[in-house]
Amino acid sequence: MEYFFELLFSGLTRGSIYALIALGYTMVYGIIGLINFAHGEMFMIGAFTALIASSVLSIYHLPLPAILVLAGLAAAVWAGAYGFTVERLAYRPLRGAPRLAPLISAIGMSIFLQNYVLLAQTADFVPFPSLIPEFAFLEPYSAIINSSSLTILAVSTLVMTALTLLILYTRTGKAMRATAQDQKMALLVGINVDRIISFTFVTGSALAAIGGLLIASHIGQINFAIGFIAGIKAFTAAVLGGIGSIPGAVLGSFILGLTEAFATGYISSDYEDLFAFALLVLILIFRPAGLLGKATAEKV
Amino acid sequence: MLELRAIDAAYGNIQVLHQVSLRVEHGEIVALIGANGAGKTTTLMAISGLVPPRRGAILFEGRPVNGLPPDALVRLGICQVPEGRHVFPGLSVAENLDMGAFLRRDRRQVATDKEQVYNLFPALRQRRHQPGGTLSGGEQQMLAISRALMARPRLLLLDEPSMGLAPLMTKHLFATIVAINREQQTTILLVEQNANVALQVADRGYVLENGHIVMQDTAEALRRAPAVQSAYLGI
Ligand SMILES: Nc1ncnc2c1ncn2[C@@H]1O[C@H](COP(=O)(O)OP(=O)(O)O)[C@@H](O)[C@H]1O
Ligand SMILES: [Mg+2]
Repeated sequence: MEYFFELLFSGLTRGSIYALIALGYTMVYGIIGLINFAHGEMFMIGAFTALIASSVLSIYHLPLPAILVLAGLAAAVWAGAYGFTVERLAYRPLRGAPRLAPLISAIGMSIFLQNYVLLAQTADFVPFPSLIPEFAFLEPYSAIINSSSLTILAVSTLVMTALTLLILYTRTGKAMRATAQDQKMALLVGINVDRIISFTFVTGSALAAIGGLLIASHIGQINFAIGFIAGIKAFTAAVLGGIGSIPGAVLGSFILGLTEAFATGYISSDYEDLFAFALLVLILIFRPAGLLGKATAEKV
Repeated sequence: MLELRAIDAAYGNIQVLHQVSLRVEHGEIVALIGANGAGKTTTLMAISGLVPPRRGAILFEGRPVNGLPPDALVRLGICQVPEGRHVFPGLSVAENLDMGAFLRRDRRQVATDKEQVYNLFPALRQRRHQPGGTLSGGEQQMLAISRALMARPRLLLLDEPSMGLAPLMTKHLFATIVAINREQQTTILLVEQNANVALQVADRGYVLENGHIVMQDTAEALRRAPAVQSAYLGI
């Protein structure tokens, strides 16, 4: 039973990291119908920014929670700036071009960003400090959940709740939904659609960066390629839930995280990535629009 | 209030509007009629900034406005209810109205205006929490017009408001359009294939054929013109 709970928390932790990344894929797809293949790199850039920020901050002997928060802010802002720039440089000039063009541009951006970090940093894994303090009250449960898993769950729940409130109740959130539903009409009511698109990229990148910081601190090492596999997994989760749907991305992420955790725990850990893609193939066969997605032949 | 001076508009290299000129004076209802594909929608899209004209000028209150982005035109008071209504399907009725007031910052006044809209169309009040996409065609048209009114337009562009509506609904709708024009001093440019109704409520009218303005006169005179009667009124 203890093992079950250990796997359960491990799955939820994975799921919430996937969700932080998957939200960016699904929001961008919902608004401009583009699969932003460079999105995984925002997760990686977030992790590196947090590493640099926390190294600098540790000089000042700040308490750990303060370093965590400040490094998180730095990662979110810096990755947000990357997301903004990527959209401006790689996607905006290609609006109205055939669908393949921005897709290729996205893959190019992804390769560029990975190699840029590879050259600027190193190809090897670099150690990442543990930024999450040990909670004494978790001591009795240390076999099933540790402080960093609990922090990941708490932070991602907080961030996702904030995002939900933003989308449901703020002026910008309503404008995002309006733009996703009918871009031409959004222009006609006076919404600056370009600004909404930029905002979406910045928000998605910031969420992914927070995910990058959390998982880096959890695992303890990073390199330039971590965005690739995490990005593909999160993308799988978004498709699983129905790409374009925000609740779908969260649901898909938790299903994927739990499936991976239980399958590696009870079956075999040799095929960790296999389970994710097997799930993706099954969904694409039996429910091509995803669990909560609308069946739109045109967009897929 | 609005003047188009010899505008040309095109999609890619297919030119759709040729030297279109028209004027709308303050407080008027002006009808723009013409067959399907004549270029009526394109004319409104040119005014709203979605299909910027290739040549010619658009003046609003005497100032050139062609080349301005759509949001700047809404800010000046030019609002459009496009063909097919384009209600935001997943937004509630109330949220659709909020989107109409997107550029306004006077929250108190926006709330009062929303009340007024609900008084004008009680069906919308009843359904204010319902997604726009679940409304009937007639209700969606009311919502689309109300959404435009929420911007406090000075010039309202209406594209085929009667399309797909039952005759009784059309009558009710046109009575409302006239009331908006009279009571709120909103100037209206009305595009219609249904020339009959359009010319009954309009002060003046223009006839568009293959992207050319071929006739212009008072609505009264157009209704009597043999060419209009045979081509557009089915007489
Ligand atoms: N988005 C578009 N791309 C290419 N051609 C278009 C587009 N929209 C309209 N057209 C063409 O422009 C012409 C005028 O269309 P439109 O302005 O919609 O006419 P109307 O509103 O009078 O029916 C038509 O021949 C139509 O096929
Ligand atoms: Mg039309």
